[in-house]
Amino acid sequence: MFLAAALIVSAASQGLAQKLNGAGATFPYPIYSKWFSEFSAQHAGVQINYQSIGSGGGIRQVMAGTVDFGASDVPMTDAQIKDSKVKIVAIPAVLGAVVPIYNLPGVNTELRFSPDVLADIYLGKITSWNDGRIAKDNPGVTLPGAKINVVHRSEGSGTTFIFTDYLSKVSPEWKSSVGSNSAVPWPIGIGAKGNEAVAGMVRQLPGTIGYVELIYALQNKIQYGYIRNAAGTWVKGSIDGVTEAAASVKNMPADYRVSITNAPGKNAYPISSFTWLLIPNPPRDGNNGKVLKDFLNWMLDHGESEVTALYYAPLPKSVSDKVRVTLSQLK
Amino acid sequence: MNFKIQDVRVPGPSETPSPVSDPPSGPHPGEGPSAIRKFLLSRGSSAFADRGFRWLMVLCALTIFGIVALIATELTLRSQLTISKFGIKFFFGSAWDPVNGKFGALPFIYGTLVSSLIALVIAVPLAVGVAVFITEMCPRKLRGPLSFFTELLAAIPSVVYGLWAVFVLVPLLREHVNPVLMKLLGWTGFFSEPNFGIGMFAAGVILSIMILPVISSLTREVMTAVPHSQREAVLALGATRWEMIRMGVLRNARIGIVGSIILGLGRALGETMAVTMVIGNRPEIVKSLLAPGYSMASVIANEFSEASDDLYLSALIEIGLALFIVTIIVNALAQLLVWVVTRGAPARVN
Repeated sequence: MFLAAALIVSAASQGLAQKLNGAGATFPYPIYSKWFSEFSAQHAGVQINYQSIGSGGGIRQVMAGTVDFGASDVPMTDAQIKDSKVKIVAIPAVLGAVVPIYNLPGVNTELRFSPDVLADIYLGKITSWNDGRIAKDNPGVTLPGAKINVVHRSEGSGTTFIFTDYLSKVSPEWKSSVGSNSAVPWPIGIGAKGNEAVAGMVRQLPGTIGYVELIYALQNKIQYGYIRNAAGTWVKGSIDGVTEAAASVKNMPADYRVSITNAPGKNAYPISSFTWLLIPNPPRDGNNGKVLKDFLNWMLDHGESEVTALYYAPLPKSVSDKVRVTLSQLK
Repeated sequence: MNFKIQDVRVPGPSETPSPVSDPPSGPHPGEGPSAIRKFLLSRGSSAFADRGFRWLMVLCALTIFGIVALIATELTLRSQLTISKFGIKFFFGSAWDPVNGKFGALPFIYGTLVSSLIALVIAVPLAVGVAVFITEMCPRKLRGPLSFFTELLAAIPSVVYGLWAVFVLVPLLREHVNPVLMKLLGWTGFFSEPNFGIGMFAAGVILSIMILPVISSLTREVMTAVPHSQREAVLALGATRWEMIRMGVLRNARIGIVGSIILGLGRALGETMAVTMVIGNRPEIVKSLLAPGYSMASVIANEFSEASDDLYLSALIEIGLALFIVTIIVNALAQLLVWVVTRGAPARVN
């Protein structure tokens, strides 16, 4: 009796709709929702729900086995991997970047920030705009003596993770006294909620510096500064620069848990990062796992070509080739 | 209950014997017994239904205790990690370092209390003033619109307040209000540099606007409920209009006014969105009110979704517990205040 009922139910659920649930990062949400709706349109009966509850929540849900997949802007820590009930494979999906924005009346040229200067501004050690070290990077620019107001994100966010991860790499002092996380104990500055509020504060308050996602700055046509990358080139945040940063990573680890900030490529934009889809392996449900695998292959074949329209950076070929191999090994 | 068998019913034991129906002196002679009377005669014994109703109501009242107990236990259980690691020091520590796993709630408790206090200091006199004007002196034509707009303020979602604060209030404070405060009250140390516009004071101001309608509309209701005879009596004794309002109305209405202030305070303590957008989100205790601060509700809203390790999450849940405890303490103090204010109330002039 029961067996028969169970068979009927499972048959019915297979026939009706294949429903997948995912949860996680907010940063890639626009591209994920586009991908999922297109994939559903091309594959009858498949429905993928994605809740953008934040990277922390995404990791937590996938570890607890309550979703078919998770998503995160922050790589999982060793402790999390150890604690997880299921083995989780991280698949890089797209790339994002963070750019410094500022409001300095009277300065029309785009400012240049060397890594140590940016770190010391956020450490509160460089406090005025006409500081000799800023002037040294910007010859020919007349800098006002205004005080530097520092703005950062108030809520935990992948953007903050990327930014602080970068500062930790370029400034030993930042690494020891602040560190990197989605929320950190900021030495100075005020917190604003979301990219919009950071940009709003910078726009309103003369002498303010902040950081926002590259995608946000591009969409809203906000001016942002140059950064000197590890190769010594002055680069401005751009989609190509981000992809080049990912391509220039040597020895990509098998689990893709790699920070690509301060990447070595000649034109690599240094404050860049992957955002990952977290796939339980073996899957929570065999059929859903198959669909998910189909989706991931579709993402590499078709999805990646659509990301630049939404100002995300696509995976470089070297990485997507490697991901293909990983996918073929998924159970 | 059953209207069809009314002829065979026997009156219930608790029911008083009914007078003869169809009294000629009834309000509507010739119409028979009133609808209520008809129903009571026909419904059968009420004993069971009454008892059932009583227990249902007791159950409803008990759910309140149940909900409070559930919240408290859940918050305590889920914050075990930080409770066992930091103990009572959690509430007095001022470090908030998710990177190194050090957590303390003091700057957040301070921020919540101070921003709510600023809100009360601004909103209470204003709200009582509005209520006095509307009930006692307002021309009839203006009364409707004025009450309507006060209540409209209460219906605006807090995120809208927050946006308005970011784009209108904060620049206004930064450019026009704060410089004046710094010049006049700078010597106290409560209004000193840096002046970002954003900060504890901005949070207090936006909160005061949000709790204004709560306090003012309840105060108005309470003042309207003061009997006219009170006003007339005070006037008859030779009081001026202001003295009449003070001695005859405000004194009589003070329990209700304090009650409305408590409700306003409750909203201020728990307000999240609008505060987050203007308080500056900096976990630090600074004397200057113009400096950025942080509140308990804001830090939970800000950091909960991205808190990935267990200790961090536990710390945020314990902040929720702290908010719960602070709310209970503040409400208990307020109840105590009501009790002190109202205990024995002889006619006094002040």
